[in-house]
Amino acid sequence: MAEHRAGIEAAHQGYRFSRVFPFQGSGKALREKRPNALASFATHHFTLNFLSAAALCGAWEWAGLVPISPAFPTFGETMGALWSISADGSLAGAFAVTLQPLALGLVVSMVLGVGIGVAMGLSTKTEWLASPIFIVAQSAPLAALIPLIVFAYGIGLTSKTIVVCIMAMPVIVLNSFAAVRHTPKSLIEMGESFLATRRKVIIRIILPAASPVIFAGLRLGCASGFIGAVLAELLITPTGVGDLITYSRSIADYPTMYAAILSIMAFSVLFIEVLSRVEVMIFRPEKRAVS
Amino acid sequence: MTALAHQFFTEPSPVTDCAVSVRNVGKVYAGVVTALENINVDFPRGQLTSLLGPSGCGKTTLLKIIAGLLPATSGEVLVNDLPVAGPGPERAFVFQDFALMPWANVLRNVAFGLEMRGIAKSEREEIARSHIAQVGLAGFEARYPHELSGGMRQRVGLARALAVNADVLLMDEPFSAVDEQIRRKFQEDLLTLIAREKRTFIFVTHSIEEAVYVSDRIVLLSARPGRIAQIIEPAIERGGDPDAIRRHPAYLDTVDAIWQSLKTYLE
Repeated sequence: MAEHRAGIEAAHQGYRFSRVFPFQGSGKALREKRPNALASFATHHFTLNFLSAAALCGAWEWAGLVPISPAFPTFGETMGALWSISADGSLAGAFAVTLQPLALGLVVSMVLGVGIGVAMGLSTKTEWLASPIFIVAQSAPLAALIPLIVFAYGIGLTSKTIVVCIMAMPVIVLNSFAAVRHTPKSLIEMGESFLATRRKVIIRIILPAASPVIFAGLRLGCASGFIGAVLAELLITPTGVGDLITYSRSIADYPTMYAAILSIMAFSVLFIEVLSRVEVMIFRPEKRAVS
Repeated sequence: MTALAHQFFTEPSPVTDCAVSVRNVGKVYAGVVTALENINVDFPRGQLTSLLGPSGCGKTTLLKIIAGLLPATSGEVLVNDLPVAGPGPERAFVFQDFALMPWANVLRNVAFGLEMRGIAKSEREEIARSHIAQVGLAGFEARYPHELSGGMRQRVGLARALAVNADVLLMDEPFSAVDEQIRRKFQEDLLTLIAREKRTFIFVTHSIEEAVYVSDRIVLLSARPGRIAQIIEPAIERGGDPDAIRRHPAYLDTVDAIWQSLKTYLE
C-alpha cells in the first residue's frame, strides 16, 4: 500500500509537458481581428447587397448587348422605358387597375387565411374538415382552372380576385395551421397553470408564439398573390400591368414590356419588406430590443 | 437496506396537517400505458416533499395531476381538503424548460400570473418588481428571455411562481436544465427560500443528491407503472451551514440507501 502510494507520488513528480504542441512557437496569439476601414466598408451589408444587384444588372446589360435574343432589351433600355412610362403616367394608371384585384384578394386571403389556419391549428375537427381543400388548392394547376373560373364568374374583378386568392390563401392557411399546432406545450401549460382562460391562452400565448411562422406564410402568400394578379391579367383579360405587358409585346416594344415586369416585381419586394417591418414593430418586441 | 442507514432516516411520521393529499390516483395513457397505479400520499404543509424515481416512473405525471394540468384516470387529489378540478390559485408551477414567453420582457413574464388574476397594471408590476429583486434579478426587468443565461431564466420562472402567492409550489425538475455550479447555488437558495416562505413545496427530481439535499420528505416511486416504493424522511438538520449538509453522514448514507433501492429498477 505504502509502496503503491510512493509510486503514485513519484509518477506525479515526474509529470511533465513532454510533448511539443504544434501551435507553440508560431508566435501568434489568437486575437480578435480589428477590421480596417476598407475591409469593414467592403463587407458591409449595403455594399454586398449593392454588389449583388450590380452583378445582376451588369449580366442583364451584357446579355442584352450580345444580344441573346432580339426580343431581350438591355438593362439601360429597360430603365429608359421605365422612366418614360413613369413620366407619362401610364405605369401609375396600370398599377391603379392591377391593385384592385390584388389588394382585394390579398386582404381576403390574409384575413380569411389566418383565421381558417388558426382555427385548424386549434381544433383537429376543423383541421380534418378544411385541410383537404387547401392541400388540393395548393397543388392546383391554376392556369388550367382559369377557364372554369371565367365560365363561372365572368372576366371582371371577381375572377381576378379569385385567382389572387387561390394563389395566396393555401400557403397562408397551411403556415398558420402549422404555426398554431407547434406552439410549445409547456407554454400552453404555463398559461393554464397561471389561470389563463382558453381565450387568454389563445390571445396571449398561442398567437404570439405562432406569429413568426404566420408572418412567414403571409410573406410567401403575398408574393404568390402578386404573381396571381399578373397571371389573371395575362390569362383572363388584359388590364392594368398585364395589359401594359401584353400590349408592349404585341407592338414589339420590349423595353417597356420588361419595364412593366420589373416594376411589379419591385413593388412585390417592397410590399413584403414593409410587411416584415410591420411584424417586428408590432409583434416582436424582443427582436426590436436587440437591433 | 443496511442497518447503518436506518440510524439516519426514519420511517415517515404520520402527516397531521397536509396541504395536498393524493388518494388512489391512477393514470393510464391512451388506454394502454399505465403510468401511475394506486398512488396514496400526503404532502405535509410548510415542507418540501420530493418525488424521486427512475425515469419514466410517472413523477412528472403525478405533479401535473396535482397541478390540475392532467386529468387522473382514477382517484382524486385534494388541495386544502378540496378536490382538484383544474389549475387553481393556491398552486403555482415552475417548469423544467422555464416556459417563459420569448416576446415578453422579464417584468411581464413575472407579472403574467397576476395579470391573469386581473390585478391592475401598476399593482402587479410593483409586486413583480419586488419578486424580481428577491431572486437577484433587479435591473433585468426590461430584458428579454433570450438575453438571459439559463440560470437567470429559471430565476424568472421562480419569481413568476412566487409572485402569485400560492400556498403550494409545484416544481418540475426545475434545476435540471441549468449547469452543475448554478444548480448547487439554486439548491442552497431553495433551502433559504423554504425557511423564509413557509410554503408547501412539491419537487420532482431525478437526482438523488438533490432530493436528499433539499427535501424534508422523499417519496420514492417504482419504475413504470409508478407506485409508491418508500417514503423517507432524511434526519438532516438544515439550519446551519449549507455546505455542512453535503458532508453530513446522514446525507451520505441516505443518498447511498436510495441508490441501492433505485438500482434494482435499472437492471
